[in-house]
Amino acid sequence: MGALQSLPGHPEYVDLAEKTGFSYQQIGVLHKRFKRLSHNEETLLREHFSKIPDLECNPIRSQITEAFFDRRNFRQNGEGTVEEIGFEEFLVVMSHFRPPSLHMTEEQRESVRRNKLRFLFNMHDTDNDGTITLEEYRHVVEELLSLSGTLEKDTAKSIADAAMLEVASISMGHMEPDEFYEGITFEHFLRLLNGFEIESRMNVRFLNMDATTLCK
Amino acid sequence: MAELRPVRRSSTGPPLTGLICVFLLVFVSVASASRDVGNNETRRNAAGEAPEDSHHQTNSTAHKKAFPVLSLNYDHVRKPFEIALWILLALLMKLGFHIIPRVSNVVPESCLLIGVGLLVGGIIKAIREEAPVLDTKLFFLYLLPPIILDAGYFLPIRAFTENMGTILVFAVVGTLWNAFFIGGMIYGVCQIEGTQLASVDLLSCLLFGTIVSAVDPVAVLAVFEEIHINELLYILVFGESLLNDAVTVVLYHLFEEFSHAGTVTVADAFLGVICFFVVSLGGILVGAIYGLLGAFTSRFTSHTRVIEPLFVFLYSYMAYLSAEVFHLSGIMSLIACGVTMRPYVEANVSHKSYTTIKYFMKMWSSVSETLIFIFLGVSTVAGPHAWNWTFVIVTVVLCLVSRVLGVIGLTYIINKFRIVKLTKKDQFIMAYGGLRGAIAFSLGFLLTDNEMKSMFLTAIITVIFFTVIVQGMTIRPLVELLAVKRKKDSKGSINEEIHTQFLDHLLTGIEDVCGHYGHHHWKDKLSRFNKTYVKRWLIAGERSTEPQLISFYNKMEMKQAIMLVESGSAAKLPTLMSSVSMQNIQPRESARGRAIPSISKSREQEIRKILRGNLQNTRQRLRSYSRHDLFIDPFEDNVSEVRFRKQRVEMERRMSHYLTVPANRQETPLVRKVCFEPEHRVYTYDDSERPSPPDAVNLLSESPPRPNQSGKLGAKVPDQDQEEQDQLKLSRCLSDPGPNKEEDLS
Repeated sequence: MGALQSLPGHPEYVDLAEKTGFSYQQIGVLHKRFKRLSHNEETLLREHFSKIPDLECNPIRSQITEAFFDRRNFRQNGEGTVEEIGFEEFLVVMSHFRPPSLHMTEEQRESVRRNKLRFLFNMHDTDNDGTITLEEYRHVVEELLSLSGTLEKDTAKSIADAAMLEVASISMGHMEPDEFYEGITFEHFLRLLNGFEIESRMNVRFLNMDATTLCK
Repeated sequence: MAELRPVRRSSTGPPLTGLICVFLLVFVSVASASRDVGNNETRRNAAGEAPEDSHHQTNSTAHKKAFPVLSLNYDHVRKPFEIALWILLALLMKLGFHIIPRVSNVVPESCLLIGVGLLVGGIIKAIREEAPVLDTKLFFLYLLPPIILDAGYFLPIRAFTENMGTILVFAVVGTLWNAFFIGGMIYGVCQIEGTQLASVDLLSCLLFGTIVSAVDPVAVLAVFEEIHINELLYILVFGESLLNDAVTVVLYHLFEEFSHAGTVTVADAFLGVICFFVVSLGGILVGAIYGLLGAFTSRFTSHTRVIEPLFVFLYSYMAYLSAEVFHLSGIMSLIACGVTMRPYVEANVSHKSYTTIKYFMKMWSSVSETLIFIFLGVSTVAGPHAWNWTFVIVTVVLCLVSRVLGVIGLTYIINKFRIVKLTKKDQFIMAYGGLRGAIAFSLGFLLTDNEMKSMFLTAIITVIFFTVIVQGMTIRPLVELLAVKRKKDSKGSINEEIHTQFLDHLLTGIEDVCGHYGHHHWKDKLSRFNKTYVKRWLIAGERSTEPQLISFYNKMEMKQAIMLVESGSAAKLPTLMSSVSMQNIQPRESARGRAIPSISKSREQEIRKILRGNLQNTRQRLRSYSRHDLFIDPFEDNVSEVRFRKQRVEMERRMSHYLTVPANRQETPLVRKVCFEPEHRVYTYDDSERPSPPDAVNLLSESPPRPNQSGKLGAKVPDQDQEEQDQLKLSRCLSDPGPNKEEDLS
């Protein structure tokens, strides 16, 4: 907590810390990074993201960028997308990747899981209708394979189909031949990734960051 | 073993038979041991008589011996015979234990094997014969490598690299702590008067501490394998037992040298530290070089599939031996070789070779493990012992205490750096799972002979027995009592694979946004480097550019196709009992009555011929017999055919929506049964009532009633027309014609 003295005049950190659960030190580091990315402006735009050099080699960069501008991730039950985000929204999106603390009750752990899985779900469900349809899932797989060179559309399709089949069989069990499986709802998604231990996997270390590297 | 089969049905039969087995085998093993000595004597006599014989022969050439119809010459095959006999007995013991069900649930196998070894050793000693001892060379050169190779090759890489920091801290710092703590405290105890131990000096104590402090991979594997603990704990304890070899090697040689020299200087300690880095990094480097060589070799083996598994084994063994030449850590070299080689070899070798590699490794490591434990028991009885109550009891207590303290202390420090903290339960299992085993024994055997050696050996053996027997037996009920997380049964879900990859990329991206060069960033860089440069050199053909998701998917398909073939005409497919199939997922096309253009009859014939021809081609390859050739595997062709057919059936399902089907929607649409015909028959569409397995060509099995219905429907519709129409539609609707699909899997 000694970091508080080294950050003069940042009373808003207290609010942010409460809202997102980060420590003052972490918020300070992230703020420095935010200012660097946005070239010292108040808000971040999509172009700022596209200028990050390492992100270009990432096959799902567009989805990551979109996730930052997606209102559903701002924990305010909003919908749709925005054009620019401030530091608070940046921090809220980042807070999805905070590791769970050691002493948590079962309900807290469960809610952390739900939050993280909700984030993933929002990334897949691009048209915001509450379900991941086959088309959207196919798009996910295609994006994953997009940088590998050999873009075999049919293999991507069959992988997505097989995956969808698996979800359907796990969630629905028995279906009549003329029934149609609309898409993966959030509940099905939860059940699907039940054994995935997402609360221990979807984490980034925030403390040891060197904000002076990269982003020119 | 013929007697066992009918006996198994009765309830009292198996235990009794098992006991008979055990006694029989013990008897035979003793007999073989005594026979050795007997033969030694006869050989000595024969050697003495030989000069006489030659005299006799030169003198009495007229005295002709009768032609020997049946003669006994045991010496000729003595050594291989005994080795084979011992191995056979060891495995029969193992077999015997699993027939007695109740015992094997309570007592871990390692304990039983030690017990048998003790029994055999005791009997051999009772007849005052010479028992075979666990020779150090035998252990380190022949028995240990298969186990380590098996462990290294199948090491779960992801879990290992994620916890690498923790594992290294435990392996290096933990072992150092154990060695110095035990050595120091023992020295302190020895200085107390009245224990007759004053002759033990500090260096010998430290040497002893080193030997007894290392967690043993063989024992850990043997026990942990049976309790199915969760992956994190398994990899922590097991990884530690593998990586502490470097520390043990360095410390051992260090103290061994010093105890001859007598004094230690600061320069020596500094050299020791450097030696540690040389030993561990050098071992890894040697292993990596051999691993890359092995991967490179496997790139060219597409024409000689039969010898592929041998390359894996030989390169790994060479890595081990090369490391041992320079006194580097052989274990780390072996692990590095297996880990480096595996992804490339698996991409290059055929499926059969992959299975062979897997099974041979498991087989050899199983035999080694069994032999090690039996020999441990035998050597216990045979070896020179000097029992000293104080020394032994203090050693055992100190081992436990130092392990517990070490784990608790290190976890406190490590938890500050870990994302997923280690709970108290985890710490307990880690402390309790620190078993000592045969490596400690062999290292003790290597000590130079002095009056303390027998005392040390006795203490080491007691510690080993205590950890393996007491801790090994009680860990299973403790795990259940503490409700420690067990290994979850992962069924290779493609969704999890997709999300694993997705998450990897997501976390890398977030790290990039944060500006944080973290774990994921470097992993991503490494895998990109791997893809662009390394894979191109080490993987044959187009597989080198295949992304991981696709190879995972192909593997899964292959596995399911194999399951299909093996269950063949069996009635049930052991998959999810769900009736969901592709048509439930595919979005409904709005236009139902799509106009299907007609094709002329001759064109139909052509198309049909082409389709049939593609299928037949794969079957009619020339098969010339050669002892060095595996039969050109009909199976691997058929797998691609099965896939092909599966896709066809899916198409059919979809197409059946567009067929002019009778209006009542309750009836299931016309289902074409696809049969897995034996090879000599040409593939045909068969509409008759076949049992459900052909339907199981789908990813999931259909609910049973359907085939019967379709069978009835099928009878109504004239076969010929439908068949033509179907093939017609199929030929148009198949996006990938047959040949490409088959190449996909080669």
